[in-house]
Amino acid sequence: MTSSPVLILDGLSKSFGSVRAADAISLKLFTGEVLALLGENGAGKTTLMNMLFGHYMPDSGKIEIIDGSGHAKPLQLGNPQASIAAGIGMVHQHFTLAENLDALDNIMLGSESFIHLRRNKSQAIRKIQKIMNDSGLVAPMDVAVGRLTVGERQRVEILKALYQDVNILVLDEPTAVLTPQEADKLFENITAMTKNGLSVIFISHKLREVLAFSNRIAVLRHGRKVGEISSKEANERKIARLMVGEETKVFSKKELQVGEPVLEVDNLTISGSSKRESLSNISLSVNKHEILGIAGISGNGQTVLANAISGLVKSSSGKIKIDGKNILTNDPSNIIQAGVGRIPEDRHKDGIVGQMSVAENMIIEDLNDGKVQSRGLLNHEAIMRHCSNLSSKYDVRGPGPNASARLLSGGNIQKLILARVFEASPKLILANQPTRGLDMGAAADVANRLLEARQRGSGVILISEDLDEILSLSDRIMVIYDGKLRMAETHDRETLGLMMAGEAA
Amino acid sequence: MIRIEPRDVNSAMFSYGVPILSAVVALILASIPLWLAGAPVLISYVEMAKGVFGSKFAFSEMLTRATPLMFTGLAAALAFRAKLWNIGAEGQLYLGAIAAVAIGTGYIEAPAFILLPLIIAFGCAAGSAGMVVPAILKTRYGADEVVTTLLLNFIIIIFLQYMLEGPLKDPMGLGWPQSSPILDQGMLPPLMERMRVHSGLIIAIVCALIAQFMLARSVWGFKLRAVGENVFAARHAGIKVNRTILGAAAISGALAGMAGVSEVAGLKGYLTSDLSPGFGYAGIIVAMLAGLSPIGVVISALFIASVFVGADSMSRAMGVSSYLADLVVSTSLLCVLIGGFFSRFKLVRTNLEGKN
Repeated sequence: MTSSPVLILDGLSKSFGSVRAADAISLKLFTGEVLALLGENGAGKTTLMNMLFGHYMPDSGKIEIIDGSGHAKPLQLGNPQASIAAGIGMVHQHFTLAENLDALDNIMLGSESFIHLRRNKSQAIRKIQKIMNDSGLVAPMDVAVGRLTVGERQRVEILKALYQDVNILVLDEPTAVLTPQEADKLFENITAMTKNGLSVIFISHKLREVLAFSNRIAVLRHGRKVGEISSKEANERKIARLMVGEETKVFSKKELQVGEPVLEVDNLTISGSSKRESLSNISLSVNKHEILGIAGISGNGQTVLANAISGLVKSSSGKIKIDGKNILTNDPSNIIQAGVGRIPEDRHKDGIVGQMSVAENMIIEDLNDGKVQSRGLLNHEAIMRHCSNLSSKYDVRGPGPNASARLLSGGNIQKLILARVFEASPKLILANQPTRGLDMGAAADVANRLLEARQRGSGVILISEDLDEILSLSDRIMVIYDGKLRMAETHDRETLGLMMAGEAA
Repeated sequence: MIRIEPRDVNSAMFSYGVPILSAVVALILASIPLWLAGAPVLISYVEMAKGVFGSKFAFSEMLTRATPLMFTGLAAALAFRAKLWNIGAEGQLYLGAIAAVAIGTGYIEAPAFILLPLIIAFGCAAGSAGMVVPAILKTRYGADEVVTTLLLNFIIIIFLQYMLEGPLKDPMGLGWPQSSPILDQGMLPPLMERMRVHSGLIIAIVCALIAQFMLARSVWGFKLRAVGENVFAARHAGIKVNRTILGAAAISGALAGMAGVSEVAGLKGYLTSDLSPGFGYAGIIVAMLAGLSPIGVVISALFIASVFVGADSMSRAMGVSSYLADLVVSTSLLCVLIGGFFSRFKLVRTNLEGKN
């Protein structure tokens, strides 16, 4: 591609609290090219695109749009209307269609004025017909969207964006829900559209399609752009290495003799309502003095695996044993009694009751314990004492034990949960994305606590998308992809990166 | 531009200030239609106050009116704290009343210290059953309790009419659809001589105190609040969510049933199908005004009863419609809902670029 740029992102930064989601990212998009944006979850891809589309206000940096005559014009930031007017269209990963309306209504929705006397449907149909002819994206216009196939809905989404006369199209994981055949067809259509001058940015995890269909690849990691290569020069190993990085955090990890198994999962199958919620024939075991790392890109079954071990979902078949005893029950209190400490993935939703106090959240798993209650009445003083002890021991900082837990920062909420988990001296610790969204200090604290627990004799399952974390903490590593687990024979980034992308290593 | 942001801390000032301010604002707003109706506003409000505080009798009438509102208000408050939307207090009230009449009109002959507790126990149990059924439908089959409890009200009222025309009909009642009177020893003793206010009021206040204490200090209350505030975290922490919801349903229904017992065995003496002028629904307003706090329920029941009793007397004195009471009560509820929003969120002025 030797054409002029249409879009220049210049030094865009965005922080959420102490987390830098995007750190001075600069990127150029050229006319008629397909730029693939790669990175692990949380690398900053979606943040970047949301800034481009005006959903987020960048902390610093600017965006320029170059029009047909070559004039650069700064884009008004934080204003979706300005982005639409500048010809930027976005197709979200999750469909934003009204299922009870037909495709034509969905496409026209939002592009016509709120008050109108007569809808000019025939004109709209002519326009859509032309877009369909040019792009090859065909979908029936007169059928309710709810009755279309997933592939057709995706095409309606893209047609909806194109209908707004876009010249820059952003596709967020467009193939996540498509069959391979549908995906191939989609990329053929995209290639056809770029011939007419459309420029495309697409976000994906699938290395193969990125290599096959993009012209250029930009890789993000921890909010920074870490590489930009032409797709011709790239190969899967090269990209995987860029995505997961080279550096390893250093933790002092002693060699320990592993003990007997504390958790055995045997042929566990869960048939959920979607692929993301299903597991097929998973077997694993975790021993005392051992951290089992489970790597994988989110949405491949981690959540449902964690929920199964937490007692939140019912399994279809298979066994879960803790300390040799079967616990195939759909009951978290049983799991807690069996000695499992759980650090949930979504700490705001599953970890704390935000409206209740910090102290109450500290003891929420000990309600049957004589230390906090007698004959059904809570011992307020004991709870307060317990809370202030744990707060200082685990460094939970906030407005005090009586304040609502929701007022704590993300890092302090996680410390509260850690205090709850580690004080119960669990046999098994399930840590699901324990450092997601935490700053470096809080993340290191979590890692050290997990290592201490390993030292003390707990078994740990560490589920994480952060490969650095997995590599630096785990004794053994498994990779989850599409609801299946595979043991990683070698612990190197490239192998793991390929396994995470579903490629044979 | 103005943006909405959550407040960092919800202060005590808001939790106590908002309901009081709302009540005041509602009274001020209600003066507009008073003025439009041509009534002198200040004098009207003085008449209204007289209707409540003007005499011992007026005051006792207000307390009489507040008693069932306290019970139904507590029923709503406890259920709502568990995010269990009990809209069926009206029906549960009648179930309680039916049970009270069934036991208390002579089927069982016993002295007061046996009969009265028995009437209360059966009344509460009947009300409880009226809420536990929808709660089971909710926990077992996911049926929306708003729909089931609301519709159950109509079923219960038709059942009541059947009972009053059939099995419970007073043979001495000259054909009126009403039950036989409750035996004297089955009646809740009055609190003041020659006044209608009865010991149901004491029971209501004691219930509120117990509920307040249990919510704050018991494991049961802890679980109920946890399930209500975040059912996912409660479940994750091993709290038995369904059991907690069923427990809240049982207590809520029992309190609503007690409202029926208190009306029939404290006030009327016999059951008719117009026992309650919507106490069950008014209880929802009482609970919302009280911010779902049991002690607050006592206060807001007194407020709403004052408005209704006061408006009646104002309407007699000034010739304005007593519908003004409904207007005051509903505007104060609206004010509390709006105030509740402002106690959780604040408005922030922003410039056009969306920065602070």
